[in-house]
Amino acid sequence: MKYLMFVCTDPEPDTDPTNEPDIHVWVADNDARGRRLQGSELAPASAATTVRVRRGELLLSDGPFAETQEVIVGFDLLECADLDEAVEVARAHPMARAGRLELRPLAGLRP
Amino acid sequence: MTALPDHDRSAAAREAAAAAAAAGEAYVRIVAALIRVTGDWTLAEDCAQEALTLALQRWPAEGVPANPGGWLMTVARNRAVDTLRRASVERRKLRELAVLAFTADRAGAVAAEEVTDAMLDGTADPVADDRLRLIFTCCHPALALEARVALTLRTICAVPTTDIARAFLVSESTMTRRLTRAKQRIADAGIPYRVPNGPALTERLPGVLAVLYLLFTRGYTAGGEPAFAEEAIRLARLLTRLMPGQAEVDALLALFLLQHSRREARRGPDGGLLSLERQDRSRWDHAAIAEALALLPASGQDGPYALQARIAACHATALPGHGHAAASRTDWRTIARLYDRLARLQPTPVIELNRAIAHGYAHGPAEGLALLARARAGGALDGYPLAVAAEADLTARHGDHARAAALFRQAATLTHSEPERRALLTRAHELAP
Repeated sequence: MKYLMFVCTDPEPDTDPTNEPDIHVWVADNDARGRRLQGSELAPASAATTVRVRRGELLLSDGPFAETQEVIVGFDLLECADLDEAVEVARAHPMARAGRLELRPLAGLRP
Repeated sequence: MTALPDHDRSAAAREAAAAAAAAGEAYVRIVAALIRVTGDWTLAEDCAQEALTLALQRWPAEGVPANPGGWLMTVARNRAVDTLRRASVERRKLRELAVLAFTADRAGAVAAEEVTDAMLDGTADPVADDRLRLIFTCCHPALALEARVALTLRTICAVPTTDIARAFLVSESTMTRRLTRAKQRIADAGIPYRVPNGPALTERLPGVLAVLYLLFTRGYTAGGEPAFAEEAIRLARLLTRLMPGQAEVDALLALFLLQHSRREARRGPDGGLLSLERQDRSRWDHAAIAEALALLPASGQDGPYALQARIAACHATALPGHGHAAASRTDWRTIARLYDRLARLQPTPVIELNRAIAHGYAHGPAEGLALLARARAGGALDGYPLAVAAEADLTARHGDHARAAALFRQAATLTHSEPERRALLTRAHELAP
């Protein structure tokens, strides 16, 4: 299954100080195993544009989705056998300790 | 339905009862095997249900087949093959479904003996593994806790949706929607259908045990569904056989058996709940207590369930004698030490409350009141009837009967359980008539 992993900050981070993993090690490891198909850090939230269409009208607003305090700062596209494998990949990411990671399966791409 | 002579009717009824028992045992295995092969929960349940319905129509008239489990599996499997053919699914699944026929014969044979030695010495039957897989999938931490409990009841215990809805205080249609959503989420989120291995098993097992614990509690509390406690015991027993050597699994079953051993003695003639020291200990289920004591793991790195089971065992072994005589022989010092260890593992307000009560019996009411004040300092026990009742009990034993009676009355206004309320008012009345 393909999972899009949103890398988010946490509005009230309770950073876990144990065994801080290195992001470069994480990227190299998952790239080498073919589990990370793509991914990138994102430009700051101030560069974000939110797009909505309501009653046929295009509504643009600056900044990320306004009602969430946490901010998506990056994403990775993962190829994993199932949720358990994706969770293991996510738990090894440094932002799992300082922020939060959201795993969202891509619909319709299951084997 | 055609009229049958009386003797035929009773024979048919016996047949039907035997069929229902065989079917109930086979049902979960069939669902589990079909899920493993097709990955489709709804399909698996529908096919198993159809096979069951057909059996209940045919068996009373035609007789129960020699291998009821195998018969049901064959019918259910054929339904699944038909459905999947129409959906023109890939050949692999259909080929795997065909193989299930062999498994079905073995399932039937195993069902008769319940659990065989092969399961105990590690050469476990793959069908048994299917059920274990099903338990771990239903109890996956990526599902909400309530969804886990409901799904376990429905899929593993085959409890009717309407009964689950009643236990959760929602309508049947709401519960049906929740169950459908949970099954959909398993498919959509990619929750795997398997028992995790290695460190993941150690991490996930507490989640499974927590669901069983919640199931038991829902059956045990006043006004609960007693059948849920029986189901929790059945599942815990199954787990001890499928996962031998897991100390916390053995301990959880021991804990359930010890609590359940008191079920006949917990209520007085008026239906009110009786505290431990007022129960007639001859009415406890002593066979269950003996089984539990044998299950308790050798002392060592005790987990939370082992500690709770050891505490329950201390109460259960305060024999011989009845009532207050036995209660005074209870080894409260050991219980207090066990609560100290449990509070270090799980420093929750309720455990701190119980720890205060234990110390109150072991080292005097003043000690208990001091610990109780500390347990309540955070405010998490505000309005919790058992905390007020504990203070009332400690205050009474400290000698201030008037204040204790007032506290028992206050606790009575806080509880939502009628039997509990009556028991608290009785205590108040005894102290200050």
